[in-house]
Amino acid sequence: MGKKPKVEAWYEPIAKKHDKPRPVLLNCVKAFLAGGALCALMEIIQDLLTKYANMPKTEATSTSLVILIAVTALITGLGYYDVLAQKVGAGLAVPITGFANSVVSATLEHKSEGYVLGSACNSMKLAGAVIVFGTLSAFVVAVIMLILGVF
Amino acid sequence: MLQKGRQTWFFDPRPTIFATGTVVGRTEGEGPLGADFDFIQKDNHAGKDSFEKAEQAMLEQACSFALTKSGIAPKDIDFFIAGDLLNQITASGYTARNFKAPYLGIFAACATSMEGLALASLLISSGMAKNVLTATSSHNCTAERQFRYPNEYGFQRPPSSQYTASAAGAAVILPQGGPVSIDSATIGKVVDLKNCDPVNMGKAMAPAAADTILTHMQERGVSASDYDLICTGDLGEIGRDIAWDLLSREGFTYDKTRFVDCGMMLYQGNKKVFAGGSGCGCCASVGYGHIYKKIASSELGKVLLVATGALFSPISLQQCESIATIAHAVALERS
Repeated sequence: MGKKPKVEAWYEPIAKKHDKPRPVLLNCVKAFLAGGALCALMEIIQDLLTKYANMPKTEATSTSLVILIAVTALITGLGYYDVLAQKVGAGLAVPITGFANSVVSATLEHKSEGYVLGSACNSMKLAGAVIVFGTLSAFVVAVIMLILGVF
Repeated sequence: MLQKGRQTWFFDPRPTIFATGTVVGRTEGEGPLGADFDFIQKDNHAGKDSFEKAEQAMLEQACSFALTKSGIAPKDIDFFIAGDLLNQITASGYTARNFKAPYLGIFAACATSMEGLALASLLISSGMAKNVLTATSSHNCTAERQFRYPNEYGFQRPPSSQYTASAAGAAVILPQGGPVSIDSATIGKVVDLKNCDPVNMGKAMAPAAADTILTHMQERGVSASDYDLICTGDLGEIGRDIAWDLLSREGFTYDKTRFVDCGMMLYQGNKKVFAGGSGCGCCASVGYGHIYKKIASSELGKVLLVATGALFSPISLQQCESIATIAHAVALERS
């Protein structure tokens, strides 16, 4: 690793004139609405499960997560997820659907190299970082809690 | 056969493009140039079980169109020069397996098509070969997975990004007889202004294109107005406009409407491609399909084709290397 070099100073202003910047504000609004709608959808599924399937709250939560993951996997496989994600960006990437999509897309992509060395080995290609840093931060928080608990 | 200046070859005698073959994917086929291609492969997999094999199939098909039209049997090819974007340029290597001809595998990223054409012309003009087949290919799905993310991954592309063309182009170069002659070629230098943004290739490659165009004009001793069209490979909208500005700064004057880009022409109006098309099949298919036909039918007289390429890999970028770029130009004209 090193440090990213900087674009030569004389060139940047010329290039900038023609750049097409990301519509950040619009992207944020779309992501907020889509992400919010997705979370609301999950709340609805959860409520339906507690009401009609007589599930306790915790079980209903995990079941609705599983449902979202399964639906994401299906949509990814059918080729629609990337199209939707282009429209709403972080709205689909931040919720658990983003994680599911990263695993499924990588698994699908590497099927041509075989189930073991292709799909299985590469399935965590994108999601691996989430798992590593998720576990690591959980560990750090646990250590802090442990130290606080002593006092 | 002369070396003019440092980078330009002036071919005398002039080799000719005797026949060409082009195969493009569905999106490219539905574009405004769709009618100029020999075959539109509507299936992303081309009936194969992987995208890499599909790209290879498209390259093989483009070659076979070019050979059939020129009446040369695969066993009679003197030299085969090819390149693509896959790791270790496998599509080209495996295609060469079919010919049992001496094979030169080349890589200049998306500038490969014109590097191949320049080298083929050099072989013919110097008398080192009686005929040369040169070809290049790219495939949207193989490039996505190699340079970016898995195809189905929900990555939000910024408006500056470009779309790799699924396309292959091949040309048979003979000492004479073809409708299009190769006047000269300018081999580009690597230009690196320390750009690091892989989703803004136009910005990275524009300086290389401008450098090669200016060098060509100077060394070949021609002015831009001698050309009916100056056509860059895959700068896209952003890159084309930057290149235009860079050229204007150097006192270059030309009709801006005739300063065009293969990546923009191939998809005109298709929002799916954002800033434009890219990939080494882009310049190959538009050059050997659309432009070749226009010159052959005398709608265009003299054209400068400038293929632009970014010489980087995902690994080099992650290791904080900038994007080195190159552009090779070939001047074509009616025989």
